[in-house]
Parts: sequence; C-alpha cells; structure tokens
Amino acid sequence: MRTLAVTAPSRAMLGHLAWVLRRNPLTALASAGALALCLVALFSPWLTPYDPIASDVPIALQPPSAAHWAGTDQLGRDLLSRIIAATRLDLAIALSAVGLSFVVGAVIGSFCGYAGGKLDRAVGRLVDVLMAFPLFVLAMAMVAALGNRVENIVVATAIINLPFYIRFARAEVNIRRDLGWVEAARAGGESHASVVLRYLLPNILPAMAVQISLNLGWAILNAAGLSFIGLGVRPPTPEWGILVAEGARFITTGKWWLVAFPGLALMLSVLCFNLMGDGLRDILDPRQRT
Amino acid sequence: MSPLLRIENLSVTFATRAGPIEALRGIDLTVGAGQTLGIVGESGSGKSVTAFATTRLLDRAGRIAGGRILFKGQDVSRLSGKEMQALHGAAISMIFQNPRAALNPIRTVGLQLADALRAHRDLSAAAARARALDLLKAVLIRDPERRLDAYPHELSGGMCQRVMIALAVACEPALLIADEPTTGLDVTTQKTVMDLLARIAAERGMAMILITHDLGLAAKYCGRVVVMERGRLVEEAAPGRLFAHPQHAYTKRLVAASPTPNSTLADLVGETRPAGSGIPAAPHPAPPRGTALLLEVQDLVKRYGNAAAVDGISLRMRPGESLGLVGESGSGKSTTSRLICRLIDPSEGTILFDGQSIGDVPARDFHRSELRRAIQIVFQDPNDSLNPRFSAFDSIAQPLKRLTGLRGAALRARVMESAERSGLGPDLIDRFPHQLSGGQKARIGIARAIAVRPRFLILDEPTAALDVSVQAMILHLLDLLRREDDLAFLFVSHDLNVVRMMCERTIVLQNGRVVEEGASETLFARPQSAYARELLAAIPHFDPGAPLAATA
Amino acid sequence: MRTSLGATTGRAARRLLSSAPALIGVLVFTFLLMRVLPGDPAVFFASGPNAGQAEIEAVRKQMGLDRPIPEQLLRYLGDVGTGQLGRSMTTGQPVMKDLRERLPASLELTFAALLIALTLSIPLGILAALRPGSAVDHGVRLLCSLGVCVPTFVSGLLLIYVFYYLLGFAPDPTGRLDVFAAAPPGITGFLLIDFALTGDWEGWRAAAAQLVLPAVTMALFVIAPLARITRASMLAVLGSDFIRTARSLGLSRTQIVVTYALRNAILPVLTIAGIVFSTMLGANVLVEKVFSWPGVASYALDALLSSDYAPVQGFVLLMAVIFVAVNLVVDLLYGLADPRVSIS
Repeated sequence: MRTLAVTAPSRAMLGHLAWVLRRNPLTALASAGALALCLVALFSPWLTPYDPIASDVPIALQPPSAAHWAGTDQLGRDLLSRIIAATRLDLAIALSAVGLSFVVGAVIGSFCGYAGGKLDRAVGRLVDVLMAFPLFVLAMAMVAALGNRVENIVVATAIINLPFYIRFARAEVNIRRDLGWVEAARAGGESHASVVLRYLLPNILPAMAVQISLNLGWAILNAAGLSFIGLGVRPPTPEWGILVAEGARFITTGKWWLVAFPGLALMLSVLCFNLMGDGLRDILDPRQRT
Repeated sequence: MSPLLRIENLSVTFATRAGPIEALRGIDLTVGAGQTLGIVGESGSGKSVTAFATTRLLDRAGRIAGGRILFKGQDVSRLSGKEMQALHGAAISMIFQNPRAALNPIRTVGLQLADALRAHRDLSAAAARARALDLLKAVLIRDPERRLDAYPHELSGGMCQRVMIALAVACEPALLIADEPTTGLDVTTQKTVMDLLARIAAERGMAMILITHDLGLAAKYCGRVVVMERGRLVEEAAPGRLFAHPQHAYTKRLVAASPTPNSTLADLVGETRPAGSGIPAAPHPAPPRGTALLLEVQDLVKRYGNAAAVDGISLRMRPGESLGLVGESGSGKSTTSRLICRLIDPSEGTILFDGQSIGDVPARDFHRSELRRAIQIVFQDPNDSLNPRFSAFDSIAQPLKRLTGLRGAALRARVMESAERSGLGPDLIDRFPHQLSGGQKARIGIARAIAVRPRFLILDEPTAALDVSVQAMILHLLDLLRREDDLAFLFVSHDLNVVRMMCERTIVLQNGRVVEEGASETLFARPQSAYARELLAAIPHFDPGAPLAATA
Repeated sequence: MRTSLGATTGRAARRLLSSAPALIGVLVFTFLLMRVLPGDPAVFFASGPNAGQAEIEAVRKQMGLDRPIPEQLLRYLGDVGTGQLGRSMTTGQPVMKDLRERLPASLELTFAALLIALTLSIPLGILAALRPGSAVDHGVRLLCSLGVCVPTFVSGLLLIYVFYYLLGFAPDPTGRLDVFAAAPPGITGFLLIDFALTGDWEGWRAAAAQLVLPAVTMALFVIAPLARITRASMLAVLGSDFIRTARSLGLSRTQIVVTYALRNAILPVLTIAGIVFSTMLGANVLVEKVFSWPGVASYALDALLSSDYAPVQGFVLLMAVIFVAVNLVVDLLYGLADPRVSIS
C-alpha cells in the first residue's frame, strides 16, 4: 500500500518533468548538453581521434582542417583530442569541489540557520566577509600555502564556494524554521537534529540543486583560471586553462584556434550548467525568474 | 442624473500557466456620488479584481475581456494611459491592503504627499509641504510636523494606513476605493481607521467602495452592500435587509457562518434544529469542581533581550475544559501557547501538567518526555503548517510513529481513523499539500494533532486564515472532537466572537499580562476592565434585525 | 536626507571596527601562509638562496624565528603595522615599495573597467525591466547568459586577435605604454590623470589606447552580473505595492520610474557592485597576465610562480585593505541611500 503511494507521485513527477522540459526547450537543451559533457568526460579515452599527448612536430601550428578539426598546437598535437581529453579533468575538479562545499556548506548552514542566536550571527558575518573578499585571490593564496597540486585546486575551489552554500542554506532554513510544519514536527516528538536533517534539508534541496548547477560553471571557470596562470595542473596534461595559456603565446601571430577552441569548450560547458540552473530555478520558483 | 460609476457586464480574465482564468464573469453595479457601497465575498470571489479593473491597475496577466466601466459617463476601460493618469488620484483613488508595503520605503511621508499633490496641481514645493501638513492633521496623526519627515518604517501599521488615506484624498477624488483597508490591523486600530475613513469620505462628499470579507464591517460603514461569489454578483441590498433576510443561497450561508455576538456554533453551520436538541447553546458542561487540575501555570515570563513578550501570566485548567486566550498583536498570546506546548523555554515561572512540572524540562529534550503525546498543538496558517514534501498520510503518520511506536497496519488504521474523524476523505490521504484546499489542510493539521490521542490541545488561531464558511465547519468539527475525546482546549484567538462560542472561560491579555479573566458569558456580557470593554466595542457587528449603527 | 554628517561618521567608525576581525583574520592567514610554506623564511629574507649558513642563522635570530609562534605572530603584526612587508627576491626591493609603484596601474585598470561596466549594464538592465518579454529584454538576457560564461583570459586573447592582429586598431598588447613613448612625471601614478595634468594629450591618447582592451575585457566579465541584478531588482520594485500606489495617485511615468522605482532598485545593485569590484580585483590577475600589465596582481603572480612568497603575502594583505575600504564605501553609500539601515 505504501509502496503504491510512493511510486504514484514519483511517476507523476517524471511525467511533470517531461512536460516541463517540453515547455522549456532551452533548459532541455542545456540539460542534454550537461549530460553530453559528463558522457564525454567518462568516455574521453575512446572518443579522442588522436593521442592527446603524442607530438608530431612537422605538422605543428596547423589551422583547422579535415584531418585536424581544431588544428594542431606548437608540438603538432591534435587540439581536438586534447580538448576532449581535458573534459574529464576539468569536470572532475569542478564536480568534486562543488560536491565537497555543498555537503559541508548545507549542513553547517542549515544547523546555523535553525539554531539562530549569536553563533549564527557570527557565522553569517564571517560568510558575508568571505564572500566580499576577492575569492580568486584567496584561492591563489591557498594553493600557494597548501602546495601547487591538483588536490589543492579542488580544496581551494571548494573553500571559496563554501560561503555561498552556507549562506544559501542558512537563508533557506531561516525562512522556514518558524513555519507551522517545523513546530508541528517538534510537537510530534522530533528532536532538533532530526528536524534539520529529515524535515528542513529535504525541503531546501531543490533550491540547493539550482545553486549547485550555477556554481558548477563558476567552479570550472575558477579551476581553468588557476591553471591558466600556472597553478595546479601542469603541462603537458591536457586541461582547458592550460590549453588556452599555451595558445596565448601565439595569439599575436594570428594562431586563433589555439585559444578559440579550448575557450569554446569552457564557454559551452559553463553555459550548459548556467542555463540548466536558471531553468531549474524557473521551474521550481517562477517568481524568482530573472 | 447618471450615477458616478456604472459598471456594465464587466468580465476580466487572467492568463496563467494553466490557461486563462475568468476572475469576473459579467458583473453590473452602480455607485452614486457620495454613496458608500460595500463589496463582500470570500477569497476568489473577484471583489478585489473588481477594484483593480475599475482603476485599471490589474497585473500584467489580467485583462478586461468585456463590458464597460463608466465613470461620469466616460468608459474608463477604453482610456489611454495618459488619460487614465489624469484620473488617478484626482478623480479615483485607492486605499490598499498592507499599508506599510503600499508606501515608498525610502521616501519621507511629506515628500510622498507632495508628489501626490503636485501630480495634479501646480504647487511650489513649500506650498505642497504646507498642504501635506494639513492632510496629516486631517487624518489625525499626532505630531504631524515631525511625521512629515518620517519614513514609513518609523510609523505603526495603523499610522501608515492613515498616511495612505491622506495620499488617496490629497486631490479630492470623487470616488475612493478601499480594498480590505484594515486586514492585518488590530481590532481597535481597525475601528479608528475605519471611523476616520468614513468621516473623511462623508465630509468631502466622496463616494466610497469598501471591499471586505468582514460582513460586520460592511454592515457598519456602508449604505448598500453587494455580495460576490466566484466572479459573479449574487445579491445586492441595504445591509440591514441583506443580513436580516438574505435571499440568495450563498448569502444565506455566508451570513449564517459569520460569528455575531449572539450566535452559537450550531447557527454557524446552519443547523436548524429546535432549541434544546443537538448542540447545546452553552458550549460544554463545566467540569465538576474539585477535579484535579490538568494544567497550572504560575508567573510565566518570557523575555527576548530586555523586552518581555510574556510578563507574568498565571492560569489553571481542569481536564476537558476549554479556555480562550484573546488579545491583540503583541499581547503575548502566541508566545504563551508555545511556552505551554514546550516548544520554547520560559525565562521564569512554572508549568505543571497533571501535577508534573514540565516547565523545567528544556524544550530541546521535551520530545523525549512521556507528556509530549498528551500536549498537542494546531497551528494558524494551514498553508505553512504542513511539510510540502509529506503527503497527508505522512503528515499524520510521522508523529504517530515517533510518539506511539505504531507501525504497519495498526499505524495505517490509526491514520485513517484520525483523518476520517477530522472529515478528511480517504481519497485525499495520499495527496500533497499543494493539491489540497485551505480547509482540507486545516483538517490534516487537526488529524495530526488528535492522532496521538492527546489530553490537551492548544489551538493557535486555527481558523484565522480561513474563509468564514470554512471556519464555521472547522469550529464545529473541533467542538465535536472535544466532546468525543473529552479534550481540554487552550484556544488562542484575536476573534472574540469565536472564543465566546468555543470556550467556557476566557482570559484577556495585553502586553504580556492578564487584564481580565472570567466565564465567557459574563466576560462578554459585562466586561470589567476598560481594555476588554474597548476590545468588545471595537468589533464591527451586524445584528440581524437591529437598526443600522451608522449610515453614510 | 536626514542622515546627518555625525551619524554617517559614527556609522563609518562602527563599520571600520566591525571589519577589524576580517583584517586580523587575513593577517593571521598570511602569517600562517609564510610559516607553513615549504622552505625556511630566513632564506628568503637573507641576501638570497646562495647565502651562507651563518648568514641565514643570523637572519633567523634577527627575525626572531627561533622564538615561539605566538611571539612571532606579535612581531609580525608589528612589522605589518609599520609597513615592513619584507623584501622580494625577484626584484630585490622592499615589497612595500614594489606594491606602491604598481598599485596605480592595477587601480587605473579596475576603475576604467568598472566605469565601462556600470555605464553599460545599468541602462541595459533598466531597459530590459521596463519592457519584460520584449526584444531588448531577450537581448539583455542572452548577453547576461553568455557574458558570465566567457572566461576573461579567453575573451582578452580573442579581443587581441581581432583588434590587434586582424584589424590593427589596437597597439601592441603589452604594458601600459608603448616602449618608445615617454612616461609622464609620476604625480598620481594614474597615467591618464598624469598625462592630463601635464597637458600631454598625445601621451594621453597612447595610454588610453593601451588601456581600452584590458579594461573592456574585464568589463565584459562583470557587465552580466550587474545588468542581471539591475534588471531583477528593477522588475521586483516595479511589481511592488508602492509602485501600484504611485500609479493609483496619478504620478507621471518618469517620476514613477526614476524617483520611485530606480532609487529603490539601485540598493541591491550597490551591494552587488561591492562584490563585483572584489571579483575584478581577482580577475586582475588573469587580465594583467594576458596583457602583461605591470600591476600588483601580475607582480604577485610572478613572485608566486618563482616561490618568492613575501610579495604574495603583501599582495594578499593589500587586497584585504582594499576590500575593507571598498566595503566601507559601499556601506556608507547604502546608508545614505536607504534610511532604514541607519535605524538598525
């Protein structure tokens, strides 16, 4: 009987989702793009037309052609292969950083927002201060302090994302903590911890999903920016930021493809996650449509 | 002579995601110069839409689909934006619900008044300021010179509404439309604001349309009343006749469901049994003297910072008794209910339940107490008292699982039983809150509270957010449940008529203190304290058969 | 405005005090940054990596590195207080002097970009909000969606390709001035101001030409969030009750849009502008690298990559100070624009 009750609404929700996606073709397209990106990241070794590391100096710096759709770099490596191979690393950095800061931030934020009081105000103030600080500079300094390694790029990106999640979870919990159903849960014998974890957190998850989607794009940009300036990932590992940095040396001599294609990959992936986030927000809360 | 305003066959549709919705389906009404017309109806009846259509202030989604709105013979619905702008304020003005939001938060009251004046008159800044001062004096704002430079957030809700009135009458319009002007204000503030509005309209010979859900208010301040239901106008008459001899079935239900100083619960739901049978007029037999106390509260204090929300309240209740707790906003009635429900901790004082001290168990740990089951609460707004992610079943089942350990078939049986007793059909049990109406949600809130078989139920304004016809049914249900389960009620409300019907005894609170306490019948018939008298006098009554209290 | 000068000053003082914890936090952070870094700080502060063991020991003693950590922290705070930020290994100069020389370049770039961004984004946001669903609105929304997706280092490089390589409009994208041009006397350090002060319009034009591409690059990145928040807040205000009141009173459209809507809508924009300025300070790192701009960010970056940590520390501190100053300004402006905050 209960299983019936559970599956019925979830099937209805799937139907609703399909309806919503049909009504919002842009969101559907963006979601499909994000999914495609993840698939490319998963299967990148099988998708690259050439070896992304193998150099072939005689064909260095060739513009896009039928053989090399995105051209070749200064060592004659196929740029398209390098861009595809980079997808995995870039997405992995962004996903793990955002995942880390989401889990930590949502828990800290909801407990603070629910508890209120002095600690909450102190955390709120700290978060506001952190958010207004030049976060890219903070990330740079952290990578410098922790050591110039990929794991530390993840940690630094996670830490600069953390204030957003804390603030978001805090605000979302704060507007709900005095609602009837939260007090009713207390009157129904729930402890404070269980009210936060079993009642409030599930309720703010949809809104958090929007934030995650929007932040993924931002995290990708940040990680790429850090490797562009030479932190984190080192050449010859293919990574979008590094590809652009390598191409930068040849831009004044007109070798545009070296910058344009990795840039396009960056842009499209960020665009997909952002549009998906915007679409999700519109679906969840039409009033906040911007 | 043609009337000031004549609305002919007006229909309005709203474009929504689910398709167009007809908010008005062809209404006709007229207002003569200097007349006062009341439009009453429940939510969704289209009464506010009528006002916004007349002033052409509908949302973007709303559209006048047909009909004419003739103001002084001119069809307002065909006017251009520029022509409409000339009418706004100078010929037709509006007063809105929620006065604080209706004023520009970052502009001083004086400048906003000056803006309104200079929109239609060629005045210098100094002249406009002098005129604004006169207007503030006219709406009886104390210390008007200083208030000219005040921002809305520095004024109380009642004062903001007076400023709004001043803005609306600044350019002496011929028609004033007041859309629920006192909803959200306390009953004493409501009286002063409405008296002022009626006086100003009368003095300046303005016609007024008063839109309200409160029949008493319409009866007291309007010369003629129309009743609306689902976008249609169902009845129109002078208030005395309308409320004494309603003709339309809907008006009959509406009039019956509105609490009056003499009505009983049976009256509200329209039960027409002969006196002496069915529900007795006296709500409940008084518990026998000498029974052990169920609840004893001594000198309860709750402080937030330096301010005391509850400032030394004591009360006692016997098993099965119903006690009303009334007061205006800030009286501490909701805080008291939460203190007794052990959702928050008192700063001082003792709470004894069934002889056990529960006031010193921290609220943080009370969920583990044996007595958690015994004390339950029903919340005010049904919309936010249910977890949006729980079905009706889950909402009722969750406290049962926690507090009684019931599982499986036994759990299901108990949930279904509680739902049924609360008047919730089994077909609704798997629905989520957004698929239910306000009344249905209120029933789930009640089912959730009675499912664990408490002995003491706290009702925190359980019907404040509901339409009167739904309120009547819910009150009736609560009374029935109380009788069946021999429950004790602590009934918190701002509505004195409701408390009188539901409770044997009543406590009146003001600023966190008890100002009067006594048997409901006596307290309402012969209030002793000045404050209780003032509260009672402020309720706008409509008394079927009695002469009109005021005429415009 | 009833906010008197006294109240504003009091507010400023309170805000300064309340940002003290943030500053101290950054100081402790930079101190730890120095201490947990691989290598021995004494080596950096000695004449260089080739210094003898004895010299390093002497420096260590002189710097107090043999003392307990809390005492070192106190000494460090004292040093920072007196402006001693250490010496850069790469330039061989005191960090304080390097930063002072380079800061105007960074600020000139940031302010120019902010100016471009604000003058474009606010009118765009307002236009879009006034006609929701129109072509302008869709255009602005598209621009906003695309704008935040293009990383500054990519858009900068592409601008160079188009305007320098293809069209030849822009000068060689390296530095603040053509290598052959004469620098103006250093009055403020802001080239545009210095050239203007000396009346050297030829030089002014050259400096402006160098500035345009990096400033536009940086502006492009922040136009999107600014236009977006302007549009959103303008839409929210236009839909609010008091705008309806203003319409019901027959106020003119200009007065409703400008006096009633815009003045309210600008409040959230002001808050975001502070964060945007912060973002731009961060984006400086990328833009200065792309355009070889001799600012503080590229200085810190070069130092970081060559494991020269004193400049990095100085840079982070400088950013913290600027950040506190910017927040203070935003806060004061907000206090002037919104009477409600002066109460709480």
